[in-house]
Amino acid sequence: MAVRVQFEGNNEVGVFSMLTNAYCLVAIGGSQNFYSVFEGELSDSIPVVHASIGGCRIVGRVCVGNRNGLLVPNTTTDQELQHLRNSLPDSVKIQRVEERLSALGNVVSCNDYVALVHPDLDRETEEILTDVLKVEVFRQTVASNVLVGTYCAFSNRGGLVHPKTKIQDQDELSSLLQVPLVAGTVNRGSDVIGAGMVVNDWSAFCGLDTTSTELSVIESVFKLTDAPQSAIVTDMRESLLETVS
Amino acid sequence: MEYISPSLSREEDSMQRILCCQCGTMIEPNPANMCVACLRTQVDITEGIPKQSTIYFCRSCERYLQPPSGWVSCSLESRELLALCLKKLKGLGKVHLVDAGFIWTEPHSKRLKIKLTIQKEMLAGTLLQQVFVVEFIVHHQMCEDCQRREAKDYWKAVVQVRQKTTHKKTFLYLEQLILKHNIHSNVLRIKEIKGGLDFYYAQKQDARKMVEFIMSVVPSKYKTSQELISHDVHSNTYNYKFTFSVEIVPVCRDNVVCLPRKVANSLGNISPVVICSKVNSSLQVIDPTNLQVAEMSSDIYWRTPFTSLFDHRQLTQFLVLQIEVLPGQFVSRSGSRKHVLSEAWVAPLEELDRQMYCRTHLGHFINTGDVVLGVDFTRANLNNEHFDKLKTTEIPDVVLVKKAYGDRLRRHRKRKWELQSLPKETEDKMEEGEEERDLLDFMEDLEEDKTYRQDINIYMKPNDGVVPVENGGLTGEEEEESYPQIGVEEMLQNLTISDPMSEQ
Repeated sequence: MAVRVQFEGNNEVGVFSMLTNAYCLVAIGGSQNFYSVFEGELSDSIPVVHASIGGCRIVGRVCVGNRNGLLVPNTTTDQELQHLRNSLPDSVKIQRVEERLSALGNVVSCNDYVALVHPDLDRETEEILTDVLKVEVFRQTVASNVLVGTYCAFSNRGGLVHPKTKIQDQDELSSLLQVPLVAGTVNRGSDVIGAGMVVNDWSAFCGLDTTSTELSVIESVFKLTDAPQSAIVTDMRESLLETVS
Repeated sequence: MEYISPSLSREEDSMQRILCCQCGTMIEPNPANMCVACLRTQVDITEGIPKQSTIYFCRSCERYLQPPSGWVSCSLESRELLALCLKKLKGLGKVHLVDAGFIWTEPHSKRLKIKLTIQKEMLAGTLLQQVFVVEFIVHHQMCEDCQRREAKDYWKAVVQVRQKTTHKKTFLYLEQLILKHNIHSNVLRIKEIKGGLDFYYAQKQDARKMVEFIMSVVPSKYKTSQELISHDVHSNTYNYKFTFSVEIVPVCRDNVVCLPRKVANSLGNISPVVICSKVNSSLQVIDPTNLQVAEMSSDIYWRTPFTSLFDHRQLTQFLVLQIEVLPGQFVSRSGSRKHVLSEAWVAPLEELDRQMYCRTHLGHFINTGDVVLGVDFTRANLNNEHFDKLKTTEIPDVVLVKKAYGDRLRRHRKRKWELQSLPKETEDKMEEGEEERDLLDFMEDLEEDKTYRQDINIYMKPNDGVVPVENGGLTGEEEEESYPQIGVEEMLQNLTISDPMSEQ
């Protein structure tokens, strides 16, 4: 189920939250309304952790993680690290990485099996990604943008990429990720997918401006609807996914 | 067959299509990621540009108001009108105007429609183009000029030219100069009043130009005054009518004047009784007894003004009994080279037995037996303060002014040229005969002095197909030829459109 949410009047919820299949991080100091949306949707299955990274609320952009682990930048204080360790399930490994490109959420995009990373990412970080998150790492760009975390979002079931991504690139990416991909937008035509939404295998949160068309694209590509899809959604999905293997 | 570049076709194939975020139609991705229709509902680039406006039109002179206060005449659907309408639209500065044109409207509908195509950048580099129509309502407003005309209040400045003399020689000369230089081109009305002319103007600067011209060609002085017509305390504007009062020196050519003693002394001790020989921007006087000449600028004149002793009707006719050229030692050192000093014995035509001796500057003109016009001081009864102060030794008996040439009416009939005149309106009718005589005098002067006529236009009389009978048997030939005449080479052909005969 895709839900619209706003963080203090800001539609870029991907900046202030991070969602995986095993846990959810939300920025501290937000309104209760923001937390309630996440907790109402997720709290019966995964923990929703109020956290900050290096004193900042932009948790979604500076850390990256999946079911298996969480990578935080070296700006993270020991206290924050301790708080995360205490809050997250024991199965999740937490690792601090020494990486020049410290906004890990912008340079890495991953699900539980594969990760797309910035072409200039450190070899060491790549190894840590492989070890901690247990993913296969591909250095890629999305629509000629190196910030893969910013311009795409994908789960184990599907993915949304930058609207200008060419069909060949989409084909290539979806064959790497082994999930169907679609080009699209969030927040009424915004192309910063990664910042505009967070997604896991059964839920998605996107900005309050997201239109119903965008929401239905998101629900169909991430296969979030349990109920049989409406005719328009199936039609659209066919038209959108016809090129996907 | 056409060659299709493979790269291009691949580009087209791989063109990604997304759903419009508003309505879900398939579109190519653009910066707004919205289809054109949705974008149009979201943003209106014509916002801030009025869709209706008014322009003002003066019905009587068919001109449009160009704000703030100009009026331009332009035809319907002309470029000028389009420019006027576009200037009227606010908010066009923020967009890029691509095209503008008129849509046809019925000429009497008081509506103008303009189709505009504008471009504007919206939402992160999306260039939108839109075509829309602006309607202009034509309102009637009378322009200021027409308003003045309707209110019979169309002049703003008047130049009153006056000369306080009984004859109008200087005036006639001035009139010819104005005609030649076309100074009267934007005069509204010329009114003839006793003692001068009034020139009415719509603009102050035109009147000022006229005043400057008069000041430069005849000796004169002027005063200005203004009358407050109305004023607006809020905008601090005042509406005046201006009057320029120009007074021309009341001394004309061939007038005998008596200079005040002080003036005579300052002009190189010239004798006080002199003849005014020339009137242009300054006065020129000549002493007939020794040919000494002096020039007097108008401001010197106005410091100590004087009037002429005699006007032309008071001159007496003399018969020249004997004339003899005087040798050079009698001529003053600053004497005129154009005149010849002579001594003459003359007698008034009425009393031929009273012979008088005089010196004259007209030695090159007159011969024994000629009739000349002059002043007889022995019989003159004058009332002039400067003349009264003169000693009797300083007063000559006779001063000869000019030569008289026979019957002036016959001379006028034989004249092959004419002058133009200003379109004057006369309010109070003056004596017709006097005016006619002044004009004849002036024309004779022109014939007699070549330098006098060099600044004015002389027109050939239209030949009405009738060849004048040359030297009809009644008149003697030698008398005919004694008239000074103007050569054809100095004349201009007068063009009158209304008269087809003159163009032959």
